[in-house]
Amino acid sequence: MNPNHLLLAVLLLAAHLPAAAELSIQITQGVDNPIPIAVVPFVTDGAVFGAEDVAEIVSNDLEQVGEFLALGRENLLSMPSEESEVFFRDWQLLAQDYLLVGKVSGSQGSQVVRVQYEFFDVNRELRLVGEVLTGNVSQMRDIGHEIANVVYEQVTGTRGAFTSQILYVVAEPASGGTSFRLEKADYDGQRPQVLLRSREPIMSPNWSPDGSEVAYVSFETDRPRIYVQDIASGQRRQITNYPGINSSPVFSPDGDRLAMVLSRDGSPDIYVQDLRSNELMRVTDHPAIDTEPSWTPDGRSIVFMSDRTGQPQIYQIELGASSFDVERLTYDCFQCAKARFLPDGVNLIHVRRETRQSPSYQIAIINIETLRVITLTDTSLDESPSLAPNGSMIMYATKYQGRGVLDAVSIDGLVKFRLPSAEGDVREPAWSPFLD
Amino acid sequence: MGTQSNTIIKASLLAFALALFAACSSTEDAEPPAEVVDNTPAPADTSGADDDPGPTAEELERERQLAQRVFYFDFDVAEFKAEDRETLTTHAQNLAANANLRIRLEGHADERGTREYNLALGERRANGILNYLIVNGASRGQIEVVSYGEERPEQAGQSEAAYAMNRRVEIADQ
Repeated sequence: MNPNHLLLAVLLLAAHLPAAAELSIQITQGVDNPIPIAVVPFVTDGAVFGAEDVAEIVSNDLEQVGEFLALGRENLLSMPSEESEVFFRDWQLLAQDYLLVGKVSGSQGSQVVRVQYEFFDVNRELRLVGEVLTGNVSQMRDIGHEIANVVYEQVTGTRGAFTSQILYVVAEPASGGTSFRLEKADYDGQRPQVLLRSREPIMSPNWSPDGSEVAYVSFETDRPRIYVQDIASGQRRQITNYPGINSSPVFSPDGDRLAMVLSRDGSPDIYVQDLRSNELMRVTDHPAIDTEPSWTPDGRSIVFMSDRTGQPQIYQIELGASSFDVERLTYDCFQCAKARFLPDGVNLIHVRRETRQSPSYQIAIINIETLRVITLTDTSLDESPSLAPNGSMIMYATKYQGRGVLDAVSIDGLVKFRLPSAEGDVREPAWSPFLD
Repeated sequence: MGTQSNTIIKASLLAFALALFAACSSTEDAEPPAEVVDNTPAPADTSGADDDPGPTAEELERERQLAQRVFYFDFDVAEFKAEDRETLTTHAQNLAANANLRIRLEGHADERGTREYNLALGERRANGILNYLIVNGASRGQIEVVSYGEERPEQAGQSEAAYAMNRRVEIADQ
């Protein structure tokens, strides 16, 4: 990251500090019977200064995904910090299924802290896991998310995604126009950093599969062009400069190629560019609009949207196949767009407008074998769905009180949370792959 | 291109176009008729003759048409409105008569529908006008097409009126 970027990021953080307290996630919908869990405040020794409350970070994480209900601190009967202080009867009395305790210790004059935690099954009176994590005092949020990952996996059997991050675009009125920013934050919107700032639009951020790079569209040359930026260093390179639209970049599952949309041959079509040789392969060839490519999990085919029948529908084409050899995947919607497969290769996340009469766009999943559709959201301008790396939730952009905000919904539609924006329109979330 | 100066030019042209737009839609009861105040200074008199008749009605009409640089579209429609045909013909003739003139056609969409689709729709709208200008005498090399999709709305908000203002193609200087 160059010094200017770093400075901007620091300034932004500073600017956001007063509002940070209001930025806590709002859980807008949870499951009927969340799992009760007691997260006891971690005992912190006198040598540790300025550490964030790890237990609070963990319980926020667990509650945000809706499947857990953390016991209120006012209801704690005791404050154990290690196994020898745990009396399971106390926690059974409080009807808690699980218990997390821990302690934070440091040494005088050092920024290094040790965080020890232990996790218990209250009903089976069993210690499930215990660990010591070491880090800088400024990394308590990382440590908290790590612990939440372990707890989540112990209980649900699914890997936690609390250490994952999101990319998104912010548009804000500025003197004489609009300020656009590409930002990166923790999955819960905390610790935002600016990756790119421009007076011209920024669109369609997409993570490389190893989480080290981001591809996006920037209009900084007064035309939409595709760039790839190294997230850690801030170094970037312009990937395309073809006439017309250059947009919708999506890394292949192996990270070696970039699917994209170019209109250089008359109308928007899908292309794949090899990132090493820069060799460009045309995938679709149709005078209608073909856009929004995504890769099938095996990396062999591209799913895309086309309005070749008059309205947007989802299609699939195998790489190397004739452009006539296109399979249509959706039929039952007025418009279906922005599709990508879940890892199972059968269920397709997409944006759906059911009928011509109601211009309302929702996030839905269609099983392309049974054609069963589950509509996950109920607001009317939902778009840009992005899947958490563990497949548990989808983050998407919607409008709330006239402003662009990011919402998330669980894959079964039962749990929802919102990341309220402090200012401006927030849009186009891209959830990272696993980063650890 | 100089973004700063261009923005200012665009803003004043936009104000003019908005006034026209309001005037055109004055038959709708909700819209009070807009008063178009012409503050354009009279052209300097270079002939020295006292009895210069000034610009003809045709010339004035032509000036008015060339000053219209924003064209609005119906929802989900890529073809420009029939009422803009004459104005666009005048723009095409102006380009044909001034081979050094270079313009950008900037296509825009309202926010409904996905962003990438709207980017493509903005281009489709601009291409519709591009083709019309070429058929009527402009040369391809004079015109660049750029779509902004839904990224640069003219008016914020989720009202039908705002959406109508955002579905547009603007003629800008290159």
